[in-house]
Amino acid sequence: MFVIIPFVNQDFDLLMRSFRLQVTPRRMLGKVVKNIVKSTTDLWAQCIISISKNQDKESFSDLFAHFAPRIKSFLMKGGADPVTAEDCAQETMVTVWHKAHLFDPTRAAASTWIFTIARNKRIDAARRQSRPEPEDLPWGCNPEPDASEIISMQQETYRLAQAVKSLPEKQRVIVERAFYNDLSHQEIADETGLPLGTIKSRIRLALQRLRYKMK
Amino acid sequence: MKRNMTVKHHLNEQLLIGYAAGILPEAFSLVVATQMSMSDEARARLASYEAIGGGLLEDSDEAEMKPDAFKQALKEINMPITKSPLPPMIEGIFPEPLQKYVGNDLNAVKWKNIGRGVRQAILKTDKHATARLLYIPAGTAMPNHGHNGLEMTLVLQGAFHDKEDCFSRGDIEIGDENIHHSPTASDDGPCICLAASDAPLKFTSLLPRLLQPLFRI
Repeated sequence: MFVIIPFVNQDFDLLMRSFRLQVTPRRMLGKVVKNIVKSTTDLWAQCIISISKNQDKESFSDLFAHFAPRIKSFLMKGGADPVTAEDCAQETMVTVWHKAHLFDPTRAAASTWIFTIARNKRIDAARRQSRPEPEDLPWGCNPEPDASEIISMQQETYRLAQAVKSLPEKQRVIVERAFYNDLSHQEIADETGLPLGTIKSRIRLALQRLRYKMK
Repeated sequence: MKRNMTVKHHLNEQLLIGYAAGILPEAFSLVVATQMSMSDEARARLASYEAIGGGLLEDSDEAEMKPDAFKQALKEINMPITKSPLPPMIEGIFPEPLQKYVGNDLNAVKWKNIGRGVRQAILKTDKHATARLLYIPAGTAMPNHGHNGLEMTLVLQGAFHDKEDCFSRGDIEIGDENIHHSPTASDDGPCICLAASDAPLKFTSLLPRLLQPLFRI
């Protein structure tokens, strides 16, 4: 039905269409194709929206199959034992279901949002302490987010992930170890060599979204 | 709570990565979360560092879940969630994350006098770093000190300055081994700060040094 070209812009076009049609992507695409598209455009965001709107268990199943094993592996890299990592992954996904209505795809990619939930579960499990979180924004998330807003946020996030991947080995390892919880904050050097330009444009976009909503 | 102020002094990359990755001591996380609640720019910065974590998660290997993991998850999502009701947000100068630690706003802080009219209140966090509220009367200078580790100071009310710069509400000063200073509250009014440090400060003069263990500074 679709020709999938693994370039970001074409995939975004496809994503645009799926939003216009208001059809869950999983019904349009075969499994293999679905995974290619999802990995580049984050149609995972659409799955979370679908959970929020329709309590869609099929979308939940897709998200679970993709993210639970990744969360488990991610946590084990920081030294979590398999049982704790599995429990955290499980709890993270259950929280994704319950908090789906709080997900705002114009402010974060699905993977970013799920990462923050997993991170907090890890801290809860390890320290049995509360995690100070910023206060909730006074507005909820837009129930009908604009597709182009979602796409630009996914695109900036994707660019940032690519930029981190192409860091020199030594610097990349430091960033990775910090996120795997395998490094203390004192061990993060002031200059990690992260691509400031890419980060700044992601920050600008995020700020635009926050200020836009204030109006 | 007023948000969206113009903040001149932000977190550095080390602390943004630290908070995004979830590896900061609780006291530092409290300062970060409090500042995020005061400034959209701070929030936007943090979100961008969290996106790095998301990218790493997306690219992570897969560790096989137990065969019945999904079935178990389905069971759990169908169970009613018991939510403890959130305490209502109180109008005041403290952002919500800080109110949770104080139990209320400024009026509920249990201050202790530490000399020269300066007051402090230590907040309960994990032992890897200490968080404290500081009340510095207008025009008063903190004793000159350096840092053995990292000290973060977030202004909640009023302003302070040292030789280098001026810090007002929402601004964060990061002190490390390279900074030796004597922060002074502005003459306009008292300065109230949330500070966190992961090592005792290095005071230049004897008296503050002797009092250090007593005040846990």
